[in-house]
Amino acid sequence: MAITSPERLWWKQPVCGQEKLWISIALVWCIFITAIMPYWHFFGKQNPSQEYYRVSPVKYGAIVDKFTAKHKVGEEAGIPVVDPPPGDIFIAGSQFVWHPILKLKSGRTYRLHLSSTDMVHGFSVYPMNMNFMAVPDMDYVLTIQPDKAGEFFIICNEFCGGGHHTMTGKIIVS
Amino acid sequence: MEDFRVCPATGLKVHKPAELLIKINAVTAIVFILIGGLMALLLALTKIPAIHLLPSDLFYRFLTLHGIAMLVAWIIFFEAAILYFTSAVLLNCRLAAVKVAWLAYGLMLGGALMAAVEILIGNADCMFTSYPPLQAHHLYYLGVILFAVGAILVCCVFFGTLAVAKHEKTYEGSLPLVTFGAAAAAIIAIVTLAHGAIIFVPTWLWALGVIQHIDAPAYRLIFWGFGHSSQQINVCAMVAVWYLIAAVTVGAKPVNQRVCRTAFVLYILFIDIASEHHILVDPGFSAAHKAWNTGYFMHLAVLASMIHALAVPSAIEIALRKKGHTQGYFEWLKKAPWGNPSFSAMVWSIAGFGFLGGITGVTFGTEQINIIAHNTWRITGHFHSTVVAGTTMSFMGLTYIVLPLIFRKEVAFPKLAKFQPHVFGVGIWTMAIFMMFSGSFGMPRRHWDITFSDAAFSIPFDQTAMMALHIFGVGAIIAVIGGGMFVLVSVATLLIGKDIK
Amino acid sequence: MIEESKKAEEKIPYWQVFYDDIMLLFFLSAAITFISFTVWGLMEIGNTPVMPDYTF
Ligand code: HEM
Ligand SMILES: [Cu+2]
Ligand SMILES: [Cu+2]
Repeated sequence: MAITSPERLWWKQPVCGQEKLWISIALVWCIFITAIMPYWHFFGKQNPSQEYYRVSPVKYGAIVDKFTAKHKVGEEAGIPVVDPPPGDIFIAGSQFVWHPILKLKSGRTYRLHLSSTDMVHGFSVYPMNMNFMAVPDMDYVLTIQPDKAGEFFIICNEFCGGGHHTMTGKIIVS
Repeated sequence: MEDFRVCPATGLKVHKPAELLIKINAVTAIVFILIGGLMALLLALTKIPAIHLLPSDLFYRFLTLHGIAMLVAWIIFFEAAILYFTSAVLLNCRLAAVKVAWLAYGLMLGGALMAAVEILIGNADCMFTSYPPLQAHHLYYLGVILFAVGAILVCCVFFGTLAVAKHEKTYEGSLPLVTFGAAAAAIIAIVTLAHGAIIFVPTWLWALGVIQHIDAPAYRLIFWGFGHSSQQINVCAMVAVWYLIAAVTVGAKPVNQRVCRTAFVLYILFIDIASEHHILVDPGFSAAHKAWNTGYFMHLAVLASMIHALAVPSAIEIALRKKGHTQGYFEWLKKAPWGNPSFSAMVWSIAGFGFLGGITGVTFGTEQINIIAHNTWRITGHFHSTVVAGTTMSFMGLTYIVLPLIFRKEVAFPKLAKFQPHVFGVGIWTMAIFMMFSGSFGMPRRHWDITFSDAAFSIPFDQTAMMALHIFGVGAIIAVIGGGMFVLVSVATLLIGKDIK
Repeated sequence: MIEESKKAEEKIPYWQVFYDDIMLLFFLSAAITFISFTVWGLMEIGNTPVMPDYTF
């Protein structure tokens, strides 16, 4: 019984064939799913980025403000819209808005810097459904190449305070 | 010797102070599932778009309380009862350090109440994850710390009892498998709670103003060493409970001790590093750290689950075939004691944990797939499969055994009890599946308003996903009814149940 | 009878002794988790380079 002590030499009890077969199948499957990860990493096209830097929320906020001022082309719903050239572009999560709104060109490569000026926020691109964390104290660099034109929304999907559900943003790809 | 009674049904010698502690911890757990269930109902009614019951501030407040009351209080108080049961009762032994066990209970209760009150008065609208820089009142963190210290003491009492049993030779040879599984849970618990202490003590000092800054990525790393590993305690405890229920309800014997114990050892060694899957799309960690900790060794823990997934059902099949249900492949399944709520809850638990929770969990733990799952409702659906359809159901099943065995009461409303696991199971499966379904459209978790009516952009969310929210709601309400039946049966048994002599 | 007593004398296999040693399992569990997950993770956070200056 499982609720009483086993026989003295339980280790010596032979494992039956069916059990051996099942464990072998399971083991092979586990090795397979383990191998998938490095395979995907080296041969797949989409991986979580490995590039990140230390930055204080205050400093990051200042960089984003300068970036916004330089490339600002308008405003939508009170949020500045920027039209930067390919290269380094910046977005910040701040209670409760993603700013600035980015105008990007399809087929060009950008280094998207993602961080927060206050709380931890969740960066969720809709309707593509790609999700990354915007963590204060860290600048997360995602190298992206938009391949579809259109409007993409950004939803905050990490609780960041009372107005969390109002936190949205936008990326426009032309 | 007057501290012991002999159980007429099993012949086990039961240490009375241990019995009292099992009772009080189990009852407290049930009080917390009642609180958490009430919150669940309000949350679900808010998530159904056509009802949208609560205002946003209360939604987040009650969501925080739901997490603490369910994931922390209900589960861990019940696990304390399980640890005392599998050590003192199954080993025929006295509980070591009864006073410490009471101190542990006091700390856990005090801590849980302190945290709950802080949440309810609006001092801790931070979710149970409380990621800095989001700050709660310092008493909230103190509550969590007190609870964790109490839980560590519970584990110490458990290990102490194992030592006493060995010293006083109340059992021979190795521990019973169920106790071994509980020991695995307790080992993981201590590693987990150590992470909790490492991160919550500085955070508490930060809330007091003693420390200026908590590093956000470091908090996330260590918090999940606590927050996720504690789910592994639940996995171990749940599997131990499967073996326990299978033994008590149909007399199932583990097919092979070596195989079953190896599976537990794999949990002990490798399951904690799976905490990594919470930070797969975080900055600060290399792909090597991510792939290593979600890769081969962690999959050895997955292998362990696959082993249990064969070992428990086959033990049940063999036991039932021995009882003469030998026709065809499936007579044993048909003739299984489905009317026994312990048994049916266990079957629901195995199926729910394995098919819904386990498969989705392993998938989402892959670095790249995590990009499309992280912080969406897929995750919420996944953990309601593991910790509710899995762990909670197995604990419900165990309750129906503990009521007659330890409380010595006949289960009240037996008809209601018979249907309870099925109602709860159908509800939770529906709810979890449709959570995952809408999550696959990118539906965010912890979100009050998916119509974005007050947001800068009112994002036109996918209509199919919005529809799925209504089906989710139906499932949630059925689950709440099933949970209510559980609380009703348990409380009625305690208050008006017939004594068993 | 002779066989019985022989069995009772037979030495417990090493693996069985290992599995019965709860303390050893605990230390291994703690060591693997802390080294592989926690300490390594903290080292990576600690070794993160500082963000370069961007001038516009
Ligand atoms: C009666 C059945 C239950 C229902 C209807 C229910 C419903 C919900 C809902 C609607 C949410 C909010 C999801 C979101 O918007 O992010 C939630 C979150 C959660 N539930 Fe449940 N739940 C139930 C039982 C349980 C149980 C038994 C547990 C634990 C043992 C549990 C653990 C959690 C946790 C940990 C969260 C996440 C809290 C957070 O995001 O901070 N639930 N539940
Ligand atoms: Cu946010
Ligand atoms: Cu947010």
